[in-house]
Amino acid sequence: MIRFDDLTLRWKIPLRVMFAVVGTAIAVTAALVAWEYDSLRQNREGHARSLGKVLANTLVAPVLHDDIWRAYEILQSAREPNPAAPTLQASIVLVTDANYRVFASTTPRTFPIGSSPAELGGAYAELRARLKQHSPTEQQVVEPPGSALYFVMSPLVADGVALGHVIFGYSKTPFLPQFVDLVERAILVTLLVLTVILPVSWIWARKTGEPLVRLAGAMSHVPDELEAATRADIPAGKDEIGQLWQAFRRMVEELKSKQELESQMLTSERLAAVGRLSAGIAHEINNPLGGMLTAIKTLQRHGPSDELTVQTMASLERGLQQIRNTVAALLVETKTKDRPFEPADVEDVLILVEAKLAERAVNVVTEGQLVHSLPLPATLMRQILLNLLLNAIEAANQAGMIKLGIMADKGLLRLSVCNDGEHIPEDQMAYLFEPFATRRAKGHGLGLWVVYQIVRQLNGGLTVFSEPGYTTLHIEIPYDETQ
Amino acid sequence: MCYADVTIEKAENGICHGSAYRIAMTCNPNRVRRSLLLSMIGWAALAPASLCAEAPPLRIGLTPVFLDDQVSFLVQWRVWLEKRLGRNVQFVQRGSYREIVDLLRGERLDFAWLCGYPFVRFRRDLKLVAVPSWRGQPLYQSYLIVPADDRTTRSILELRGKVFAFSDPDSNSGYLYPNYLLHRQGENPVLFFSRSFFTWAHRKVVEAVGVGLADGGSVDGYVWETLAQTYPDLTRATRVVSRSGDLGFPPFVARRNVPQSDFRAFRAALLDMSSDPAGRELLAYLRLDGMVQGDEALFEEIARMAKTLAK
Repeated sequence: MIRFDDLTLRWKIPLRVMFAVVGTAIAVTAALVAWEYDSLRQNREGHARSLGKVLANTLVAPVLHDDIWRAYEILQSAREPNPAAPTLQASIVLVTDANYRVFASTTPRTFPIGSSPAELGGAYAELRARLKQHSPTEQQVVEPPGSALYFVMSPLVADGVALGHVIFGYSKTPFLPQFVDLVERAILVTLLVLTVILPVSWIWARKTGEPLVRLAGAMSHVPDELEAATRADIPAGKDEIGQLWQAFRRMVEELKSKQELESQMLTSERLAAVGRLSAGIAHEINNPLGGMLTAIKTLQRHGPSDELTVQTMASLERGLQQIRNTVAALLVETKTKDRPFEPADVEDVLILVEAKLAERAVNVVTEGQLVHSLPLPATLMRQILLNLLLNAIEAANQAGMIKLGIMADKGLLRLSVCNDGEHIPEDQMAYLFEPFATRRAKGHGLGLWVVYQIVRQLNGGLTVFSEPGYTTLHIEIPYDETQ
Repeated sequence: MCYADVTIEKAENGICHGSAYRIAMTCNPNRVRRSLLLSMIGWAALAPASLCAEAPPLRIGLTPVFLDDQVSFLVQWRVWLEKRLGRNVQFVQRGSYREIVDLLRGERLDFAWLCGYPFVRFRRDLKLVAVPSWRGQPLYQSYLIVPADDRTTRSILELRGKVFAFSDPDSNSGYLYPNYLLHRQGENPVLFFSRSFFTWAHRKVVEAVGVGLADGGSVDGYVWETLAQTYPDLTRATRVVSRSGDLGFPPFVARRNVPQSDFRAFRAALLDMSSDPAGRELLAYLRLDGMVQGDEALFEEIARMAKTLAK
């Protein structure tokens, strides 16, 4: 069972409007019908009163002259059917004399001449009682309880004396067919109006409810699909819905940046953990490694010099040296004293990668330059640049392009390297700077890890933008301007 | 039967309003004269100027002794008479026999189709022109009728204390005969019925009895039989209880001093109706065979009844 409260606004608002429209239509129709019925009744009573007066005046002479036939003919003419207004048709037309005896009637078999209508009892006895109570020269409308008729009694007055009465009896229910007809017409008109108004108000109500429904739909995407949440089509008005929409969008934006922040923090925390782990391992490896290399050196110098030993020692030394290099790469040391980073360093690095550039026919465009030397360790800076450029050359399309941007200003060095190669998929972004996370067949995957370690140790920041068509690595490293 | 004084007072005010009021004045000769005077003034004003230049029109009074409410028939009949007589003819209709009789006696009319009863009453002032022949004889009957749902009444005596409809106080069949009948049975016609009223036409007596307004009525047999053919619904609502003996059919009469040439011409025209195709058509419409010269002796029985009642 569906409760009204659970209904969606898409239905609730139109339904409420429908109820209001139909309710109004019914109320208006009922009021009109009631008013019409009342006026029909008043109309008939007015008609009966005036006809009664006219007949009473006309009948004075025949009653005075005892001219029953003439009185009958006059009554008969008053009772002639009028198809245009059947409700104005009296069912009883009667002339009584001063003693409430029938003088003439249109239905002589019911009301024989000279008889007293009171003998019929019921309503007619009530009429006589009323005649006695009231002034006989006064027109009266009598509705005897329990009778199907109501009566209009008009006195025949000659010289201030009531000679008798003209009595019209009207059925209380002759309006029924007319009333039914009236109600039918009213319902028809109401339905016609409703067929126009209902769809229009339905559409209006739907339009009113629709933005709210869409807003609710958009909200249901929070917090999992924030991008979808802000795509809802909601009119940007200044009404409450517009305000709500604006507030909702602000909230989603904030949620989005919070989520990004969280994922960045997650990434850098992971990288930090990896860094600590690798540094720890490197230290643990470095100590015995140093011992082993020293032992090999000693053996080469003082040990047996047969060929097999020399060859074995040489191969052991090479292997251990490779381990040392790898461990050294993992352990980025910035503590060593170094010369400042100079504009010539950038040129050196560009010269260093020329061979690689030529190999892949990649073009380098440099934007900006270093004007003077910066108080940053030159070796590490060259390493950063070299790694970035080599990566970019590898990633760039064959005969593609690399853009190198350098700018130093207000204590901040900005480096950016952009290539036009295939972009980095979203799911790999988080692991981009982890060691051995390479996607390529060549290389050990430590290039970006080294860059990241150096930048971190220099208190800098690193951002990757990768979209189809280009990938940019952007590095910011602060330096001490006062030196 | 005379009306109360109140009636006369009212009639003075209502002199121009209708026949019903005027008849009430018949008790007072002075008032009758005044009424006549007014009628004459009315006539002089209404007479078309073009007709005054030629011979004055022949004025014929009509009464409800036949179904005189058929206007189109009257036009045809008038046209036929004008063609036959070679002069204008005017039909004059009034609400009661008495008015026509008065107009005739006052020389405002030349001829009239009248009931036998006023004819015998004013025989000195009137001349018999012709008598219509109905069902082969210049005779008709008075019918006593009751509503069709009254299956028990066999005679007028059973209507004691009931409501009775007369046609016209100057009608033989619709007033004189039933009163004579009661008188002969030793009843006082004035007190016999609880209420009685005049409808001023035989056809309306049939209607009044048919709807039950009156418990009985007295009607011209010729009119009843004609209605039975033309409006059977009216007569079907009534039942004929008894019929009178044969009485002289309502005759055409002339005022005593009508010019002899007019008298002869009109009589000839009437008598010739049955020998002319158009005339026969008119007679057929009236359900009459023709006209006969007739004899005043035809109305002896009516005269005897009138005399008996007058005593």
